[in-house]
Amino acid sequence: MSIDLKTIKHISKLSRISVDEQRAKKLAGDLNSIFDFIEKLNELKTDNVEPLTSIAETTLKLRSDEVKSKNIREQIIKNSPQDNEDYFVVPKVIE
Amino acid sequence: MSEITKQSLTELVENIKNKKLSSTDVTKAFIDRSEKSEELNAYITNDFTSALEKAKKFDQKPNLDSKLPGIPIAVKDLFCTKDIKTTAGSKILNNFVPTYESTVTENIWNEGAILLGKLNCDEFAMGSSNETSFFGNVQSPIDRNLVPGGSSGGSASAVAGQLTPVTIGTDTGGSIRQPASFTGIVGLKPTYGSCSRYGIVAFASSLDQAGPMAQNVKDCALLHEVISSYDPKDSTSIDFNRNHYSKELTNNIKGKKIGIPKEYRVDGMPKEIEDLWQKGIQYVKDCGAETIDISLPNTSYALPTYYIVAPAEASSNLARYDGVKYGFRAKGENLIDMYEKTRSEGFGAEVQRRIMIGTYVLSSGYYDAYYLKAQKVRKLIKNDFDEAYKKVDAILTPSTPSSAFKIGEKTNDPVSMYLNDIFTVPVNLAGLPGISIPAGHDSKGYPLGLQIIGKAFDEQNILNIAYAMEEKINFKNKITDWWIK
Repeated sequence: MSIDLKTIKHISKLSRISVDEQRAKKLAGDLNSIFDFIEKLNELKTDNVEPLTSIAETTLKLRSDEVKSKNIREQIIKNSPQDNEDYFVVPKVIE
Repeated sequence: MSEITKQSLTELVENIKNKKLSSTDVTKAFIDRSEKSEELNAYITNDFTSALEKAKKFDQKPNLDSKLPGIPIAVKDLFCTKDIKTTAGSKILNNFVPTYESTVTENIWNEGAILLGKLNCDEFAMGSSNETSFFGNVQSPIDRNLVPGGSSGGSASAVAGQLTPVTIGTDTGGSIRQPASFTGIVGLKPTYGSCSRYGIVAFASSLDQAGPMAQNVKDCALLHEVISSYDPKDSTSIDFNRNHYSKELTNNIKGKKIGIPKEYRVDGMPKEIEDLWQKGIQYVKDCGAETIDISLPNTSYALPTYYIVAPAEASSNLARYDGVKYGFRAKGENLIDMYEKTRSEGFGAEVQRRIMIGTYVLSSGYYDAYYLKAQKVRKLIKNDFDEAYKKVDAILTPSTPSSAFKIGEKTNDPVSMYLNDIFTVPVNLAGLPGISIPAGHDSKGYPLGLQIIGKAFDEQNILNIAYAMEEKINFKNKITDWWIK
């Protein structure tokens, strides 16, 4: 199989990672060699195999829904790249 | 008494309990050596000033009943530490200060230990050589310009170089065991669900596990005893009866059945590794254990499976880095442009590559062909182990297919870099515990490790086997202090 530049552009859009032409070419090369390696899985017949969806075979425990961390708004906001007192700020989304 | 930084964790604990050493003595000694070791680049952030304050405070009113009384410990920078910058080796988290503490580090501090600092690692733990870190590569104490392995490379370097008595790393595909093997130390990847993942920067959630890295098996058992706990804050944490791993440690492994899987004899594996493995087989026999040839037929499919499952989970875990609530933000013309530039400038090349692989294998039209296929093969790999464990109590393999390589040697070829984890990845896919112990040197004098894989929740057994083998192997790490001026 071959991943072309168009596919790279599509994945880059889905991943929300912008890539320029040069980087896209490099990524196409890398991804093709990685997928060549991954294709090995096609040697195996797996039609009747149940997929492994959880490695920890355990039932989820219930716990009461209680707030444990209180009054940390200020600390949380402090980590944001841009804030306006109590809010996170993003570039304008409505014209 | 030998030099403080040369002492094992067990010795340090004993000397502090017997009041032969104070926490301040010990903390000062490790800080002093860490400061002389800048060339290793093992630390991303140090917390030396406050470590000394904590040590002095400890000495004023020492609680000598705790398991790690006043012991200074540096940890991998993937563990969130409250009020102390946690970067995961990434530019995108370069200014992130957690408001909470990871459960495993909290367990360590609750037993009296003191944070020395945060150790370098591959970006988001994605790498096998510590070369993907935004904060630069880490030097191995074994030799100049040698990789310490990865992703817990700073951790391995810090333990082998005696900058910290012990440390904790994380292991998604070999990130504790491979660097432990490369630097001549002991590293344990516990059973999935035995150590809480709460507060650990997520890479691949169905594979990630925290674990101890130490100079010897006993120290490793003691640290594992401290970090392993049931935690309601991690829904995959498992509530089982945990052993007192250090107290129950024994070198009596008579009658244990140890499997030798033929599929681990891979093409192109150096003769030195094969010879080491044979030596290991002889050692366990000398200890009274029995070895049995077994087959894990799907071993060669483990790496391709891993390189679907891990990037898929990573691409979804790392979707949270959008430049809004925390971390780095790039300027953009609009919201989408801001996201795309933030992630393009904030993530390094390897992380971007893995996010893109993951996005692709989960994308519409490819999900069944890749992700579902990988989940099915993962089941087959787990079945192989289940089948083997009907006949044996543990499995012995080499830890890595080669010794440590030079910095820059494999950076241009992702697949050859990935092949480093060929013996460690199956263990993560099956959720099992595995321990790497130093077992010899190659012709260049670089350490080589052997891996013991156990049944789920059978850490005590593999620690015991490792303990028995350690005694026979009598490994001496060749640390020349080359980096200290």
